[in-house]
Amino acid sequence: MLRLEARPEPSRAMVILTPIIAVVATMIAGGILFAILGNNPFTAIRIIFWDPLFNDMVASYTRPQLLVKAAPLILMAIGLSFGFRANVWNIGAEGQFIMGAVIGGGTALALYPLESPLVFPLIIIMGGLGGFLWAMIPAILKIRFNANEILVSLMLVYVAAQFLAAMVTGPMKSPVGMGFPVSRNFNEYQSAFNAELLSNTGLHFGVLVMMAVVVVGYIFLTRHIFGFQIRVSGQSARASKFAGVNPHTTVALCLGISGALAGLAGLFEVTGPAGKLSTNFPLGYGFTAIIVAFLGRLHPVGILLAGLLMALTYIGGELAQFQMSIPAAAIQVFQGMLLFFLLGVDILVNFRLRRDTKSKEAH
Amino acid sequence: MNLIKTLLAGAAVATGLAGAAFAQDKLKIGFVYIGPPGDMGWTYEHDQGRKAIEEALGDKVETTYVENVPESADSERVMTQMALSGHKLIFATSFNYMDHVMNVAKKFPDVKFEHATGYKRADNVSTYSARFYEGRAVIGHIAGHMTKTNTIGYIASYPIPEVIRGINSAYLAAKAVNPEVKFKVVWAYTWFDPGKEADAANALIEQGADVIMQHTDSTAPMSEMKKHEGIIGFGQASDMGQFAPNPRVSSIIDNWAPYYVARAQAMLDGTWESTDTWHGIKEGMVKIGEMTEAIPAEVRASAQELADKLASGEVHAFTGPINKQDGSAWLAEGETADDGTLAGMDFYVEGIEAEIPN
Repeated sequence: MLRLEARPEPSRAMVILTPIIAVVATMIAGGILFAILGNNPFTAIRIIFWDPLFNDMVASYTRPQLLVKAAPLILMAIGLSFGFRANVWNIGAEGQFIMGAVIGGGTALALYPLESPLVFPLIIIMGGLGGFLWAMIPAILKIRFNANEILVSLMLVYVAAQFLAAMVTGPMKSPVGMGFPVSRNFNEYQSAFNAELLSNTGLHFGVLVMMAVVVVGYIFLTRHIFGFQIRVSGQSARASKFAGVNPHTTVALCLGISGALAGLAGLFEVTGPAGKLSTNFPLGYGFTAIIVAFLGRLHPVGILLAGLLMALTYIGGELAQFQMSIPAAAIQVFQGMLLFFLLGVDILVNFRLRRDTKSKEAH
Repeated sequence: MNLIKTLLAGAAVATGLAGAAFAQDKLKIGFVYIGPPGDMGWTYEHDQGRKAIEEALGDKVETTYVENVPESADSERVMTQMALSGHKLIFATSFNYMDHVMNVAKKFPDVKFEHATGYKRADNVSTYSARFYEGRAVIGHIAGHMTKTNTIGYIASYPIPEVIRGINSAYLAAKAVNPEVKFKVVWAYTWFDPGKEADAANALIEQGADVIMQHTDSTAPMSEMKKHEGIIGFGQASDMGQFAPNPRVSSIIDNWAPYYVARAQAMLDGTWESTDTWHGIKEGMVKIGEMTEAIPAEVRASAQELADKLASGEVHAFTGPINKQDGSAWLAEGETADDGTLAGMDFYVEGIEAEIPN
């Protein structure tokens, strides 16, 4: 019998190397998968990882698109990472993302056609607020009644999706949409449109905010008392009490920050790349962000890289689909492998395999 | 061994091939699909159209596709990548790709776009759709005859004109042969989600529906119907013949192949122009799948007769007198609906007891 034994001190080098080993293992296993499907595995891996960055024909477009695709994932993942470090499990970022888009976007629709430089800052605040308040529901229920925040935040995703559907088939339905359940297109409303700041760079306001959040998140985590507090809360609830951390404050802060960032991500997405509110707006970014958070070791810089890597597999995956006819499902399996190998390698970094000599059941 | 050979050969090719994959003289045609071709419904038929192009035009063309593309910024990116990598004709086969098609088309004036079921056009953007409502009239006719509970269930996707038009058309045809008939409508808010579609079918069966129609893309409702005695349904978008003779008793087939081949040919001839196409049973874009023995012979005959008359233009699926649901007059005796009203249809006809979600 084999059993896992905790290593007294996981190697620091290994902790940093884990994601790289996981990516390499994914390339190997994914390559085998593609080969079994009858595709050239080297070409496939090249198209997924290399072409979006360096292919002459598409890269000038796809490089900036990596930022566009990754921005909401990174923004949300950094918010989530604080809570995950402190054992506060916000699984409902998707719902907060939706509410940010609905509240912020709805504010813009209500103001239409008022053109003013104040509109955009206002809807940003409303978007963040929408996500924040939605996350406060699980926070308050947790603090007041000790309700499990995993369940509450997850269930609220479905409530948010229904709320969105009600809004776009009702009050937020576009008056010029021929009866279709979509809102007015934000690119028709200059003051609220989250446009590209420099053409063909993909840089929109949300990308800038994301970069700022990476920096601020890094400072918070490493240099600020709040970073210390959440790390202590995650390691030992008892120790954190001795250190003077109020667990209720930690819950409220962690859910509040992740909710607000998810709301911002939703607002930037709906007023920019998505362009309008519709029932098709939620695409599971809030769930993908959980993967990104762990792939990035719950560290802002790691999350930045992990978000870009996820975006790369999406965009490269699309290229691989139409250039090599690799089915979408195979690309999803490939993305799944990434998380699987990361968690697998992670276990081996923190634990070692031991032959169990004292096993009772074996004899 | 084969695997190792593939790997070795692959390594050899990959090292010298960067970029070469894009070099093409053939006409490259890209397809953007909302679901997988394996849905055996909507996307399956578009993929049949794609294959028909390859078959008809052989090595003059090369077709590619991306499946499961959400109706979001992702679709814009996929179409841009296609345009950048040398595709000259791009078919976008779901309604909400519309604004994204327009955005990409603006950036690539040399690339032609074909958008299914939309209404926005440009010099390099055509739209096309089928008069599905003619098929709905035929299956409505069958359903009116076949229902024993006088309750027909309808799995609707989104409350958009195309779907509302189908419900109205099916209802009018069913009511014409069975005045007692009632419609129950469930809105799934999805085009393709086998789980939700199956739930919707079950909900309708529980509410007493014994004939079920669907305006969603998967065969999941069929699988559910099969589990129950005496429930029948119709293949949607594709024949879904694997469920014949029961529960699938007939079907509405979207036959895109002739249109797709014609458009690709026009590109090769240099005669492609922006057009708006809306074809029905007459042109063969809508076909009625084989009616099985589960339908009595005389009903099969009358349904076929209706299909023939719709094709010849002798009958229009919306012929007055028809009132709107609120009782106000819409079409007078003998008057037929104009395409403009049909294209923007946002009301139920009189007699349907459901409400359009709002």
